[in-house]
Amino acid sequence: MQHRSHINFPQTLIHSQVKMAEGDLKLLGTWPSPFVLRIKMVLQQKGLSYEYLEQDLKNKGELLLKHNPIYKKIPILIHGDRSICESLVILQYIDENWSDIGPPLLPADPYERAMARFWAAYIDEKFVGSFWGILKAATEEAKAEKIADSFGVLQQLEGVFKKCSAGTGKGFFGGDTIGFIDVTLGSQLSWIKAVEKISGVKLLDKTKIPLLMEWEKRFLAIDFVKNTLPNVEKVVEYGRLLQATTWKVTPAK
Amino acid sequence: MVASYEVRLFGMWASPAVRRVEWALQLKGIEYEYIEEDLSNKSSSLLEYNPINKQVPVLVHDGKPIVESLVILEYIDETWKDKPILPVDPHERAKARFWATFVDVKCREEARKAFHMEGEEKENSIENLQVQLKALDEELEGKKFFSGDHIGYTDLVVGWMAFWLGVAEEAAGFKANHEAKFPHFARWIKDFLQEPVIKENLPPREKTVEFFCAFRQLGGCGKMNQK
Repeated sequence: MQHRSHINFPQTLIHSQVKMAEGDLKLLGTWPSPFVLRIKMVLQQKGLSYEYLEQDLKNKGELLLKHNPIYKKIPILIHGDRSICESLVILQYIDENWSDIGPPLLPADPYERAMARFWAAYIDEKFVGSFWGILKAATEEAKAEKIADSFGVLQQLEGVFKKCSAGTGKGFFGGDTIGFIDVTLGSQLSWIKAVEKISGVKLLDKTKIPLLMEWEKRFLAIDFVKNTLPNVEKVVEYGRLLQATTWKVTPAK
Repeated sequence: MVASYEVRLFGMWASPAVRRVEWALQLKGIEYEYIEEDLSNKSSSLLEYNPINKQVPVLVHDGKPIVESLVILEYIDETWKDKPILPVDPHERAKARFWATFVDVKCREEARKAFHMEGEEKENSIENLQVQLKALDEELEGKKFFSGDHIGYTDLVVGWMAFWLGVAEEAAGFKANHEAKFPHFARWIKDFLQEPVIKENLPPREKTVEFFCAFRQLGGCGKMNQK
């Protein structure tokens, strides 16, 4: 009988410490944003040094407004005199601009790349709509609907992981190393757990999504993931604040 | 030369997202079979190939389905490397992708609201759309096309605004895209629609206006079943 748990996925070896000063790299973000967290993960995976600048979205600074005048949002990657906005666009920029260092974020095969792009966009759409929807729900019915949607999303992703890893025994959506789907989903983990705590619903249930839960363990074991994901209690506090102030939702007990 | 029917495209005649895929296939000289879908009575093939969104376009290559028009465009460019539609430089590619989500998410949302709504909401959307048109207009300064001297990915993606925006304006009785306000954009529209691949692959205007009118009368359903 083969036990997978003791197999050393080479992730920690590959991203070892080739810190390259790639000129002027700045990342503008906010600490809870999954869209920012995924950029941090990938920059670290590639071994690229960068300056992180925490932004105050209630009082947007000059740098933010200059480099993202259209959306005025984060994350923004500033590379020398270049500005790159939109997290999935930034990830692909990093992957393409530094294609010769570190593991690739997107697979080589065009069909698999298409699948990675599709599922990453799906995750982001559903995350905002369904998972955050649980926190934003004004009624019990609305909440129940969003909870059902969220379970559906996780089931869907369980199926995707099963397909990705079928017969290969690979530990991540991206194969031996984390890839596009891994960071897109993985950057949401603190929020998913915060949603669980605030709403009292167990979403990350290993009886329902066993493969994903195993994936989660492996993902969280990676050093730069551990260093990047924010503390869940802090996110819970922030989530409750958003409910009270921005979304004006009185959470039911 | 690709053998016939190795590439199949499920589409709907009025859909801009479908046309942009056709434009890309034709620019690259890829032969494909086109299958028209009745979106009120979707085929079992469509539902099998796109169970998640059940939408067009769906590109099927060697039996493998690819959905979402922007994903399809990149797939096409990466699979058939002749006559690339995306730039080579990573920063230029990032800019192209940025504009793609800008027009497909932001502009489309405002156009959709201006199309379906009335009164103050309609006016607000028109205003927002004009701010977006200004950004596009400025981007075109000093350039013939978004992609440079020749049409490329960004032009194909913004392409819905060269034709379908005008159709929507006519069908819903509003005007956002004033030539005088956005002269570079107006010039781009003229040049874009003259390109042979585009010119020869547009739906008939009157029929499309009729379709949009009928669609609007159904009311409240927001999106066409296309992405």
